Amino acid sequence: MQVNFSVNGRREHLDVEPRRTLADALRDDLGLTGTHLGCEHGVCGACTILLDGEPARACLMLAVQADGCSLTTVEGLAGDDGQLHPLQKAFSRCHGLQCGFCTPGFLISALHLLSENPSPSREEIRAELSGNICRCTGYAGIVDAVRSAASELAATAG
Amino acid sequence: MKPATFDYVRAESIEHAVTHLAAAEGDGKILAGGQSLMPVLALRLAQPSILIDINRIPGLASISQAGTGDLRIGALTRHRFLAGQHTHPLLAEAARWIGHAAIRTRGTLGGSLAHADPAAELPVVAAATSAAVLVTGPAGQRRVAAADLFTGTLQTSLADDELIEAVDFPAPTRWGFAEFARRHGDFGLVTVATAEVGGRLQVAIGGVAGTPLRPAATEEILAAGPLSTSRIAAAAAAAAEEIQPAADIHATAGYRRQLTRVLLARALSQAARGQRDAG
Repeated sequence: MQVNFSVNGRREHLDVEPRRTLADALRDDLGLTGTHLGCEHGVCGACTILLDGEPARACLMLAVQADGCSLTTVEGLAGDDGQLHPLQKAFSRCHGLQCGFCTPGFLISALHLLSENPSPSREEIRAELSGNICRCTGYAGIVDAVRSAASELAATAG
Repeated sequence: MKPATFDYVRAESIEHAVTHLAAAEGDGKILAGGQSLMPVLALRLAQPSILIDINRIPGLASISQAGTGDLRIGALTRHRFLAGQHTHPLLAEAARWIGHAAIRTRGTLGGSLAHADPAAELPVVAAATSAAVLVTGPAGQRRVAAADLFTGTLQTSLADDELIEAVDFPAPTRWGFAEFARRHGDFGLVTVATAEVGGRLQVAIGGVAGTPLRPAATEEILAAGPLSTSRIAAAAAAAAEEIQPAADIHATAGYRRQLTRVLLARALSQAARGQRDAG
């Protein structure tokens, strides 16, 4: 079945089985392996992408459902010149990752959080990112990273 | 962890969806937000032969005033939208408790009611407000009271060839909502909604039975006089005794009774405060 959508600003056209999840289409048909499969049943958040600007679990969508949509994956965070997004730099700086498996989902979720709430408290960060599970860090470094990125983004914006 | 093969059709209208659903003779499933259905397919707990995707049907997410003064909310209305609207504050509060942001982006009102999870928030609000569900099938549309829609854990009275098209929610004159979950975004261990509809304060409790429970004796206490502090305490205590909650890995029966007592008191206190604000 034919489907057209844009990913990180680039138009893509695919011909996939209806049962192909969006996560698998991104990874296997488009080579965008940044979106990770942690559970494949919608509980871990590692597959989180932005769908028309809103967070969505790519493992819970069929690729054919994304027809006409505009997607953002973790590959879209860094600049074209390879310059890391402030969130990515903050995660590195604040030990917000160890194995990195959950990280793409956290980055996308945090990106969305900061777009709606530019100065979240630690409690708000924990609440809003509760849909993303991390096995390694114990979350404190992740919260530090999001707070740090929020400050940096506010400083450059203001 | 990949779904089994299925046919897929993108429905262009409710009639189109019903036609395909009927033709599937019980082996078709409606795909709306997918937040409950897709995990079922991924785990192969069900293997329907065809998915009928209703996400592109025009007008299915609209919100309007029904003739009765109720709010008619289309089945495809996303939780995210419900959480952000101000027309029905009880629904907005309940929707804010649903899962996480990503789930609220895609999950729908119709999907939540059709899935009928005993701990889900929207079925509890539907029961508390005596909402009416508009169900469409090959024979046309029928109105199903919320109390008659939910028949058991993950079970509804929907026939295989029917889908939810919209829900009429009465707007309560006073309301309260309280839920307890161990982690933010979890299904509630106990969820309570109270709504004054047609001059009567109704209560629905989720997570203590297979379907949202309306505690009759508790509602009698509430109907017997004004919503004083002592009446709230009496109603909350009565509700804790009226339920027969199961014990499971998440909570003992006793803990669910305690949660019910505390959460109902909170919800009723919220309703009482609302009246003072309005007056």
